[in-house]
Amino acid sequence: MENLGSLAILLAFCLSAFAILAGAIGGWKRNPFLAHAAGRAVYSVWFLLTVAASVLVIGLLTGDFRMAYVAAHSNRSMPLLYKFAAWWGGQEGSLLLWSWLLSCYAAVVVFTNRRRHRSMMPYVVATLMLPQCFFLILNAFVATPFKMLAVGRHVQAVADGQGLNPLLQYPAMAIHPPMLYLGYVGFAVPFAFAIGSLITRQPGDEWIYTTRRWTLVTWMFQTTGIVLGAGWAYAVLGWGGYWGWDPVENASFLPWLSATAFLHSVMMQEKKGMMKVWNMVLVSGTFFLCIFGTFLTRSGVVSSVHAFAQSSIGKWFVGFLAIVIAGTLYLILDRLDYLKTEARLESVISRESSFMFNNLILVAACFAILWGTLFPVISEWATGEKISVGAPFFNRINIPIGLFLLFLTGVGPLFAWRRTSLESLRRNFQWPLLAGIVLAIALFAAGMRHPYALISFGLCLFVAWTIVTEFYKGARAIGAKTGRNLVAGAFELTRRNTRRYGGYIVHLGIVLMFIGFTGSAFNKDSTVEVNRGDSFVIGHYQLKVADLTSGDNDNYSWNRALIDVSKDGKPLGALEPERRFFKASNQGTSEVAIRRRLDEDLYLNFAGMSDDNQRAVIQAYVNPLVSWIWIGFWVVLAGTLVCLVPSKQRLQYARTQVLGVRTNYAPVEK
Amino acid sequence: MRTYWRFAALIVVIVGALVWLAVGGINADKTYYKTVAELQQMGSHALGKRLRVAGDLEPGSIVRSGRQVAFVLRQDQRTIKCVYEGTSPLPDTFKDGAQALADGRMGPNGVFRASQVQAKCASKYESQPGQAHPADIPIRKAGV
Repeated sequence: MENLGSLAILLAFCLSAFAILAGAIGGWKRNPFLAHAAGRAVYSVWFLLTVAASVLVIGLLTGDFRMAYVAAHSNRSMPLLYKFAAWWGGQEGSLLLWSWLLSCYAAVVVFTNRRRHRSMMPYVVATLMLPQCFFLILNAFVATPFKMLAVGRHVQAVADGQGLNPLLQYPAMAIHPPMLYLGYVGFAVPFAFAIGSLITRQPGDEWIYTTRRWTLVTWMFQTTGIVLGAGWAYAVLGWGGYWGWDPVENASFLPWLSATAFLHSVMMQEKKGMMKVWNMVLVSGTFFLCIFGTFLTRSGVVSSVHAFAQSSIGKWFVGFLAIVIAGTLYLILDRLDYLKTEARLESVISRESSFMFNNLILVAACFAILWGTLFPVISEWATGEKISVGAPFFNRINIPIGLFLLFLTGVGPLFAWRRTSLESLRRNFQWPLLAGIVLAIALFAAGMRHPYALISFGLCLFVAWTIVTEFYKGARAIGAKTGRNLVAGAFELTRRNTRRYGGYIVHLGIVLMFIGFTGSAFNKDSTVEVNRGDSFVIGHYQLKVADLTSGDNDNYSWNRALIDVSKDGKPLGALEPERRFFKASNQGTSEVAIRRRLDEDLYLNFAGMSDDNQRAVIQAYVNPLVSWIWIGFWVVLAGTLVCLVPSKQRLQYARTQVLGVRTNYAPVEK
Repeated sequence: MRTYWRFAALIVVIVGALVWLAVGGINADKTYYKTVAELQQMGSHALGKRLRVAGDLEPGSIVRSGRQVAFVLRQDQRTIKCVYEGTSPLPDTFKDGAQALADGRMGPNGVFRASQVQAKCASKYESQPGQAHPADIPIRKAGV
């Protein structure tokens, strides 16, 4: 079996190398046979990788403890789900998952474009197979998943494996890595289309349309992956938060930021033929950041400051990145004439300018986070001293950036293309702005003194108001024409222009998430050492320790507290935080108890026993508004899906707006 | 042309503000990584700076007295005395021989005062950078 897996990987490597050559030469010499062969090679790579992945998964599921990877990441007692999830529980399996997902994407791209983009497709295939080939080198020669355990020359199984890291044995964590990888890997597709169009000097915007849809899909996966990770951190790690600017978190956030910038600025190219060079840079940059993110998480180059070992895999990534970046730069510089802009900026207060500032800010955030993440490396290189920066640095710079972005979310979509008149500014923003300011003043009067929180809540209302008004106006216009009610009108409105109104829904979700983020300004926490019968207070809650229990089973030993919660004398039930200590891995985990409500979460963590082993150390947190982050995420997801549904009528509204004519709020049917 | 000047001015203002924030943030939040040997050579230069030092926990050196935990970190032949007085309980892996990372400041008496301590069991912990991050996340209380 394992030989079959290794052979499949080796063959896939050869075929991916062939596909690069066949694609490039087939495109260059316009040889349809070679181009076709490259496409076939892509399907074969997918098939072979599926075989290899199946071999690994079957080994994991059946507990084939002759395989080193299975022995290290699975054991007999784990539930089936986690045996499967062990596929991406370690280095070798993760890299195989990366390869396999990329081959899936590549096969889908080749299939869906088999009759489109004829001149460009061979190059797209070649570009897609470039990272594929690179990752297959890693799979085949550097981190092979099919190493066997042996004593002397005899393959020998161990009795039981070490099992998946207990922190990862959590449902959201089981799907978090594949989601994130679907995002990471998927950005190879827009990159491939960008390179293909550059090489062939693709005329027209059709490839941009394809690219945008792909970017949206991968962006959706990336968003889901990031939020799942945050949700997991919140529910499992027991430090009361969901985001800590850890290098690995940052690595996933960087391509998300640049992809978000691209999703916005690509509209400038579609509608006005502007920012072409910039879009090329963004697409390529996003792809590089994805590779870079994989590199950060896989090589331990930055986390080495608290992880204690490094992996040799890093230099491969650096080499690959250097080659691809150099190639892309050369292509862009060589074809600047093809990327010439077709229009100019006309006014500071215009849709164009709001897109530009949106991009500037997103890229600045990206750069700041990259800088902070790499600061230990940079400072060591520059001064010889290793210096790190932590969460306070990232918060300090990203909170103002976030608020400015939130502001742009409100104003940008309502600015007209080219220039916006004062009259339309007044008409669009008078009431929302007033509402936002009134809310901020009211909150101030009610005793809220946190400046960022006041600004944030004010902006949230402002943006939400503008979005709801957009829906309302459009729905009313349609209702008046067709006799539908407002809800049916809003539905019809969204169907007519899914991209625009889906985008508004995404914006609304982001607003909800910002409400949740802002809640963290009012977090309370306290750590207490308590015995049975003790009481303590946090926020409005009175907590009484009803019982402390402990026990032991084969897998782990545990301490548990039963804590009665009441608010203003009214009992609200009990929470049971638990601490587990896994024997096999010698590792502790928290089973946090959270009382989730829309206004605030009460979060209890059993942190451990006191030093004399008599009292329990309980960490209690009150986290206002956190639930809105998860609600907001579902709204973002729904909005993204709406964007992906084709509009009832596609190009009409784009044309009218290019001419600078403002139509009514609802695009009018012919 | 005037439009472009306006854009340039706005961009300069925004980027300038961000750079200002970033520089301030780095100065307020920087932490130096030092080996035990470097820390001892720094002498009085070490006072007041936020530092992070790693080493093995000297067997038998962990002494608990009330909320204070004293321990000794060893790297090669050099050792440094540390005191931890944080509120969070120490990790379960904080045991004789484990690898530990102390985050804090140097006290005037040559004892390192740690506000955070992370620890890893040296023998059991296989280095898996991909898997490392959940286990690695330090005890902290910073939200977004």
